[in-house]
Amino acid sequence: MTDYSPLIDGVYVLAVIFFILGLRAMASPDTARRGILAAGVAMLLAILVTFLVGGLTNFGLIAIGIIVGGGLGWYWARVVKMTAMPQMVAVFNGMGGGAAAAIAAVELLTAVSDPTNASLSIAGAVIGSISIAGSVVAFLKLQGWMVQRAIVFPAQQVLNLAVLVVGLAFGVLTVVQATTVWLIPFFVLTLLYGILLTLRIGGADMPVVISLFNALTGIAVALDGFVLVNGELGDAGYAMVVAGILVGAAGSLLTIKMARAMNRSIGSVLFGGFGAKEEAATAIEGSLKPIDPADAASLMAYANQVIIAPGYGMAVAQAQRKVKELADALEAKGVSVRFAIHPVAGRMPGHMNVLLAEAGVSYDKLYDLDEVNGQFATTDVVLVIGANDVVNPAARRQGSPLFGMPILDVDKAKNVFVIKRGQGRGFAGVENDLFYKDNCRMLYGDASAVVGSLITALEHS
Amino acid sequence: MSADIWTALLIAVLAAFVGYEVISRVPVLLHTPLMSGSNFIHGIVLVGAIVVLGFATSPIEQAIGLIAVIMGAMNVTGGYVVTERILAMFDRSKRKGGSP
Repeated sequence: MTDYSPLIDGVYVLAVIFFILGLRAMASPDTARRGILAAGVAMLLAILVTFLVGGLTNFGLIAIGIIVGGGLGWYWARVVKMTAMPQMVAVFNGMGGGAAAAIAAVELLTAVSDPTNASLSIAGAVIGSISIAGSVVAFLKLQGWMVQRAIVFPAQQVLNLAVLVVGLAFGVLTVVQATTVWLIPFFVLTLLYGILLTLRIGGADMPVVISLFNALTGIAVALDGFVLVNGELGDAGYAMVVAGILVGAAGSLLTIKMARAMNRSIGSVLFGGFGAKEEAATAIEGSLKPIDPADAASLMAYANQVIIAPGYGMAVAQAQRKVKELADALEAKGVSVRFAIHPVAGRMPGHMNVLLAEAGVSYDKLYDLDEVNGQFATTDVVLVIGANDVVNPAARRQGSPLFGMPILDVDKAKNVFVIKRGQGRGFAGVENDLFYKDNCRMLYGDASAVVGSLITALEHS
Repeated sequence: MSADIWTALLIAVLAAFVGYEVISRVPVLLHTPLMSGSNFIHGIVLVGAIVVLGFATSPIEQAIGLIAVIMGAMNVTGGYVVTERILAMFDRSKRKGGSP
């Protein structure tokens, strides 16, 4: 039998190089697409050469698995709407975690007697199980098949901790006794922990959570890689270690960035049950002042500068194309239009950027928090579309649950218009001081409908 | 414990630093494709799933191995297509002004 190892190893090395270059190319929108294409070709080659690994059997089953899984993934990712991207990212990430947990399960069944193998497999299985179960719950919440807010009940922390500890204990027993009898309760409890953990996490914390599960899957894949290296199936194992750790590091960094953008620790996001209860009402001076779309439109038409600050409300109403139309109509009247993007606006990191890109807004009109915050003071009109907590000046007030969160300083502009569905509070359950300020006017209604009437009013002005 | 494990650990440490360095340059604008792209890259788990199923002997191992391959294949294709779709929208050369 021919030994293909040099070819296989060579392709794996090449694949890892292109994975790193592919991620590096993400530094700029001009290179990113080529980068992911190169990584895609490298991945395809890596999968193909794996068939040449000596002693491999079950080719029929492998082919069926790839065709079924690959076909489903390809089809689903093609047909899904751009607005459903956060849950798609969650679900495909969960699949990776599930695959990692399943690989660990097979390794435990075949080689539980080797303590190194068993302990690494148990670690991979724990993380992979939490990732798949958690990602599925995140998917259900984002898809709207489950309530989006944090689900909190009495003694929940104790229950969650107990489930995790007992689950881990079955894992330790498996390693110590070198037996497979505890594997079923072990997997049931670790999967259950993934579900319980994510139930406690509400909608607006999703950017942190999705990014965290992504990092966890990477780490689970790397742990499986260690198992394969240990089991003398090293070639594939090394590739999994590098790619998995690469993703683990990238995902962890992104998770930290997201948590920092909310001025919360990752612990508080995971275990805080934030947004489940509302803040006790604090007295705010002033009142909510509605404005007619026609009046708002004419103020915008005569402005020099307009900044649009979108939030989750724009995504819910799928208003991004209307928003682009509005920006075009304003620019036709000589108004300069820019977009202010808060890092955690929406339900995944960079959510607003993707929606606006879909609508065809050029990305050099999109400004980060740091770039745009100095500019509000010289801006005539800020239009807030379905954003709440990320523009709430209460974040500057000591004692507010939002205190310390970096916000878009929209209240410093001359006029602020807020498109809002109703009079409710934001995700954090905190009353928004902005709405009561003298320079703020409310435009009530669905974002898409309100922006539509703004466009109509502009055309007639 | 084999010496290979220590080699793998060394590689893992280096990969962690590479990952950190590479990602810290990515702008907020591209956070979604970054996440989705790294999601695609951990699809390398499919390679491990193929090996594990390829050496599986008992029916239970084969069944779990098959699940691993199906999930790994979904991860890798879904992750790629989602990333490619998102990046296509950021591509200036393919778009002249209006909607894609």
